[in-house]
Amino acid sequence: MTAPLRKHALALATLLALAAAPFLGFGDGFALSLLARAMILGMAAVSLSLLVGGAGLVSLGHAATMGIGAYAVVAFDAAGISEGLIVFPAAIAAAAAYALVTGAVSLRTSGVHFIMITLAFGQMAFFTTSSFSSLGGDDGYTLYARTEWLGTRIMDNRLTFHFLCLGLLALVWMGGNLLLGSRFGRVLRAARENPQRALAVGFQPYPYRLIAYVMAGAVGGLAGALLANATEFVSPALLSWTRSGELLFMVILGGVGQLGGAILGALAIVLLEESLSHLLVYWRLVFGPLLVLSVLFLPDGLIGAPLRLRAALRFASPKRRNADA
Amino acid sequence: MPDPLLELRDLSKNFGALTVTSDVSLTVLPGEIHAIIGPNGAGKTTLIHQISGTLRPDLGTIRFAGQDVTALPFERRARLGLARSFQITSIVPGFTALENVALAVQARSGSSFRFLRPVANEEALNDEARTALDSVGLGRVADRSAAALSHGEKRQLELAIAIAMKPRLLLLDEPLAGAGPEETERLIGILRELRSRYGILLVEHDMQAVFALADRISVLVYGRVIVTGMVDEIRGHPEVRTAYLGEDALA
Repeated sequence: MTAPLRKHALALATLLALAAAPFLGFGDGFALSLLARAMILGMAAVSLSLLVGGAGLVSLGHAATMGIGAYAVVAFDAAGISEGLIVFPAAIAAAAAYALVTGAVSLRTSGVHFIMITLAFGQMAFFTTSSFSSLGGDDGYTLYARTEWLGTRIMDNRLTFHFLCLGLLALVWMGGNLLLGSRFGRVLRAARENPQRALAVGFQPYPYRLIAYVMAGAVGGLAGALLANATEFVSPALLSWTRSGELLFMVILGGVGQLGGAILGALAIVLLEESLSHLLVYWRLVFGPLLVLSVLFLPDGLIGAPLRLRAALRFASPKRRNADA
Repeated sequence: MPDPLLELRDLSKNFGALTVTSDVSLTVLPGEIHAIIGPNGAGKTTLIHQISGTLRPDLGTIRFAGQDVTALPFERRARLGLARSFQITSIVPGFTALENVALAVQARSGSSFRFLRPVANEEALNDEARTALDSVGLGRVADRSAAALSHGEKRQLELAIAIAMKPRLLLLDEPLAGAGPEETERLIGILRELRSRYGILLVEHDMQAVFALADRISVLVYGRVIVTGMVDEIRGHPEVRTAYLGEDALA
């Protein structure tokens, strides 16, 4: 196996498993809508991972971009427009514009201040959507119909929708990896690890970070537009700061070192939440400690777990240790 | 006399009531090593900060290669050819040695707003980076993670990064700090080779190294240049003895 293939083996296997899932007993409506949710949140988590792991920007307001994408869909729905070629570009552009304006301000700060200012902007977006009385205000808005594409209702078919989400997730993941490996990505990574060094060779990190922030916002908007279609219901809860926290947790649980980690993290959290809530009434009591344990014992996240496991096994086996010595 | 590469005129800087730089004027000529010495707290690093652009002086002007750069930020001065090394090693630990240097090459060769093509495969960048690594003797560790290099190798790497910027002036803030005797020998050798190609402003505590390398020396005490002169003048200067050197260093 070539090196890049080995590096991304776990993420690729996950994407393949998602492609096979509908034919391996997860083809019913319930399972498909659960998986669609996981893939869409995974998309948003990958874009957040680009910021956190790639650029070193811990945003606690990323759900706002998703919410804006979703609200773009319902705003057009309320106006009687459901053509995808209008709705989706508009949703993406609205979220990107939000990221451009808030990023231009937020990126002048760093560290804890950056976290707080992204949170503040997120809350502003949250309260703004709560005040849209024509879109249901606090109660939310039930979508009249899913988005059409050139008049066809392809998104209504659950299996088609499944593969649409999967394809876009794979595209976002691959695009993000290309980005991090490019000239642009190298500047971003250098500025994350050592901003002083980036400046010293002549790079001002600000424009690079702002572009990354807008790109992540655009992906957040795309995920939001898909989520509105998946659930056919949008409410301000989508923009709440706990939702941003959840996205951040997906990134950290999955592993910040690689974008693929965010996909694993999103799947793990959505599926775990679902299964635990069926088993227990007070499932959050178990969910919390599980997350704490995973962070303590899997510092590289789920995506780093196989390597860590292999290292632990090597260490535990006396034969191998002697052979190495 | 050739036009100076760097010219400081009446530079002053206060932190509140504390004067850290006071009416400093000095020049660095092309191909010259101008060393700045002085006791701890004399304001040497603060002066380097003002020259590189990480601190703004309160008064005075800084001219670099015939251009007034007093108002330019750090990264713009870097692009003009003013390369600086840091007292505390500053590299990108997660990059390989090669990638650290290639980043500097990238900064002066074309736009970095390119989003898809893998930069690791850009051989033009890598070749120049390898040449810079070879010139400081780090060619054999090019693919090693920068974090895994020894202290002395990290100092050499920082020099390679500065060289890869194709600068006109090197600002070196204690390049020998923390290096063992062997590493010091090697670094002095490297600096001696660099002198012909760049102007160098050198801040250094190691007196043997300064006397071996410098063409001219300025002595900084309480933010003020008390004397600038050739190496022998400084060795014999009475004020320098009392202010800084002590009897041991002259033995």
